[in-house]
Amino acid sequence: MDTEGTGTRMADYLRDHHDKVIGRWSELVTSGVRGRTSFDEVRRELDELFSLIVRVLSDADEHAAGELRAALDELSRGRARDGFTPSETALGVFSLKEAVYELVADAAEMAPEFLSFSRMIDELGLRTFEAYSAAREEIISDQATAMLELSTPVVRLWEGIIAVPLVGTLDSARTQLVMEKLLDTLVATGADHAVIDITGVPTVDTEVAQHLLKTVTAARLLGAECTISGIRPQVAQTIVSLGIEFGDIATKATLADALALALRQAGMKVVSAE
Amino acid sequence: MDRVPILKIGQTLFVSIQIDLQDDTVMRLQEDLADELAATGVHGVIIDITAVEIVDSFIGRMLSMIGSISRLFDAETVIVGMRPAVAITLTELGLPLSGVRTALNAEKGLEILNGKS
Repeated sequence: MDTEGTGTRMADYLRDHHDKVIGRWSELVTSGVRGRTSFDEVRRELDELFSLIVRVLSDADEHAAGELRAALDELSRGRARDGFTPSETALGVFSLKEAVYELVADAAEMAPEFLSFSRMIDELGLRTFEAYSAAREEIISDQATAMLELSTPVVRLWEGIIAVPLVGTLDSARTQLVMEKLLDTLVATGADHAVIDITGVPTVDTEVAQHLLKTVTAARLLGAECTISGIRPQVAQTIVSLGIEFGDIATKATLADALALALRQAGMKVVSAE
Repeated sequence: MDRVPILKIGQTLFVSIQIDLQDDTVMRLQEDLADELAATGVHGVIIDITAVEIVDSFIGRMLSMIGSISRLFDAETVIVGMRPAVAITLTELGLPLSGVRTALNAEKGLEILNGKS
């Protein structure tokens, strides 16, 4: 079968029926996305895709295929960000097949052309899906990074005393980030006392405890003393039943107790104003 | 071979490591420091590692060992100015440098030594 010939013939056919195909295609896509984008908007997007597809089919220039892929990727990424489902996104491409089929159904002589055209649309559909999932992955990893940054502030409690309120589960990546931020802040502020508050850490298992111990050891190497505060009754029970030893690291029930201890060690005293 | 100078200031020996530490440099430093401690009879050693960016397990152990040797001369060792990355490395290597004190900077290190005497 002469593929180039079929491609060119299909391109000519599509060019001749440009308005009809685009109109029907836009209708199908608009009904598929249930009014989340307007008909005119869809039509504008599809018009661009359509002319690229025609260019690829007619084999006019070698840039067309690359441009078509880029345009599809862009469209799928946009759909992924706007919260469309993967099938709604892929439908955008597949419904072109339906639109064209309705036209060529009467014209039997276009069957081989339609077949290779259909194969091409299938490939494009798969491409859309790939771009869609890549965009989703990107969004997820962006969100994970944002959450990681959100959840690890280092705050200054007093001259020479800083605190790290930990919220959420501690894993190795988090611990690494917390450790780096804590140590950098110790160096930057010249603080020699750090309080790690674990009120927001839901569970403490051996792994989390190991991470906490590492952080304290690293801070000690810099010459800063660490206190762990915010140990809740259930967490204390778990720690004891797991046989975790915090060694000579001071632990306190509340952040207030830890601050009082740090102030005392710094030789300061809080007295009533009276 | 590079040598690390040892300065005596009052009752303290001051060692500032400004070069990339090689194994033999640290061995040499350990010997020199032991000689100096025996000769001067001071009670404190400050090792400044602000400029040290890379440590390995050998150097970590040697730093601990310097602390133990100093204690035999009744001198306390304070390692000052450790970089966060170095601290993380030593922790990951499982070397908490027991036997030596640590301080954020030379000033705080001196305070520790003076507070002791």
